[in-house]
Amino acid sequence: MRFGADEPLMMDAGIALAPWQIAYQTYGTLNADKSNAVLICHALTGDQHVANDNPVTGKPGWWRTMVGPGRPVDTNRFFVICANVIGGCMGTTGPASTDPATGQPYALNFPVVTIRDMVRAQGALIDRLGIESLFCVIGGSMGGMQVLQWAASYPHRVFAALPIAAAARHSAQNIAFHEVGRQAVMADPDWRGGRYLLEGTRPSKGLAVARMGAHITYLSEMALHRKFGRNFQDRSAPTFSFDADFQIESYLRYQGISFVERFDANSYLYVTRAMDYFDLAAEHGGSLARAFQGSGTRFCVISFTSDWLFPTSDSRAIVHALNAAAASVAFVEVESDKGHDAFLLDEPEMFAAAYGFIDAAARARGIP
Amino acid sequence: MASSLAVPATDSITGHRLDFLLVAEMVEPGSRVLDVGCGDGALLSLLRERKNVDGRGIELSREGVNACLAKGLPVIQGDADTDLSDYPDDAFDYVILSQTIQATRQPRVVLENLLRIGRRAIVSFPNFGHWRVRVDLGFRGRMPVTENLPYSWYDTPNIHFCTIRDFVELCREVGAQMEKAVALNAGGKPMQVSLPWWVWNLLGDQGVFLLKRR
Repeated sequence: MRFGADEPLMMDAGIALAPWQIAYQTYGTLNADKSNAVLICHALTGDQHVANDNPVTGKPGWWRTMVGPGRPVDTNRFFVICANVIGGCMGTTGPASTDPATGQPYALNFPVVTIRDMVRAQGALIDRLGIESLFCVIGGSMGGMQVLQWAASYPHRVFAALPIAAAARHSAQNIAFHEVGRQAVMADPDWRGGRYLLEGTRPSKGLAVARMGAHITYLSEMALHRKFGRNFQDRSAPTFSFDADFQIESYLRYQGISFVERFDANSYLYVTRAMDYFDLAAEHGGSLARAFQGSGTRFCVISFTSDWLFPTSDSRAIVHALNAAAASVAFVEVESDKGHDAFLLDEPEMFAAAYGFIDAAARARGIP
Repeated sequence: MASSLAVPATDSITGHRLDFLLVAEMVEPGSRVLDVGCGDGALLSLLRERKNVDGRGIELSREGVNACLAKGLPVIQGDADTDLSDYPDDAFDYVILSQTIQATRQPRVVLENLLRIGRRAIVSFPNFGHWRVRVDLGFRGRMPVTENLPYSWYDTPNIHFCTIRDFVELCREVGAQMEKAVALNAGGKPMQVSLPWWVWNLLGDQGVFLLKRR
């Protein structure tokens, strides 16, 4: 969806971005009274291909377990929309897009993006699709941040909200991890001050290291131990070298290498920054409850026991604020040893909770 | 969880638990209600149907929370002992603690929180002063295992049993005013109001109290 020079995206950085575009996918059919639209918000390195094979990687959509026919977000019942975030690299305007002022890629001239900018861009898309109010907004991790921002910015446009493994603000520890990732990218000589597209290089090593570090934070010690232990990779003894002796090393290297094939390094800088800046309470005088005051949205918050990146305490803080705002809120902590990534994996308890919440909300909205 | 802590009698026609029906009678239509230890949401559903309440719940078990979600009930997975302090004062018209107080670690703190969060509190609990309990303990010398309280002492979630008289004493201590007190017999039927406390305490299977902050 393209927005011309007369329809700028007003960004928190104080810049009116124009022209701009947003890439999205839809599934299912919008009903006559346009009451069955569900918006899925993707996480840091996700994209709009939530339930179809990814055209870049050829792999199945990233949330096929949650979205599809007969799934909790049933595409036979709902009209599902998922859009690439602003600042991303899968078709929505971002740092790799061409700056009309120079005819060259924006690179670091792209304005710094916030979670609220992402939501504004989605709002413009929803407007353009002629949808007044969304039945449900759903997302995990950074997607969950967008869900909370949607509910706070446009309470009358969100009937139900389902933030999973999310937080109302990014913690110091998480900002720290992101900074390490960004520094890894910037330390790669091929990054060229962000102008690598123009100079025909790619900061693959730096971005791969950033991904390797980040990937550890998405798992848990239990999950790593269960999956890899101290097992050797294709060998029976250490080689007394810095080769990838251990399976976990080989696994992380693979994660790093496959990531750089599909993700733009500057987008990684911008989208991690958006998460760092997210602090919903700060927008409302330091009170998270005030962000949801008078909200008629029904919320369901889900966390995972072994998630140390977005721990249950973060979800409880959201629930606490929603209670203080007298909002309708349900909360489930799912038992899992899979860490933060659990929200993307096969977690029957999460599906059961999501299905129950979405189905009951759909009945309350009169969606058959 | 509430439904599994103790097993009170049900109405033979509707299948509703008799103590739930009694609690429902105490609640004003259209009020805001928090059910602490709401189990699978049976009481909240009943209150929503019959009294059109804006009902919320807290429940410890994940199965209970999921059952509530499927009924469209906003229920939070949490613990009466730790999570009630998160709620602001006077957030609800009624806070209900049904068959759960005996399973809390700090019944007094929980009761004080109920009275702080709600304008009124409704508390029901199995009466440990019932004659069958006394017979088990007094004559058999064994911890009682009854139809309503089916657990052995070593695996029971019920760690703070009290009698009706004990509870009345606790209400006095925390400054709660008893607006209504009812004892249910083993069949789940309310006992005569005119009977003295000691009869309730001996023959009452459960106590149900409507309380107000003094």
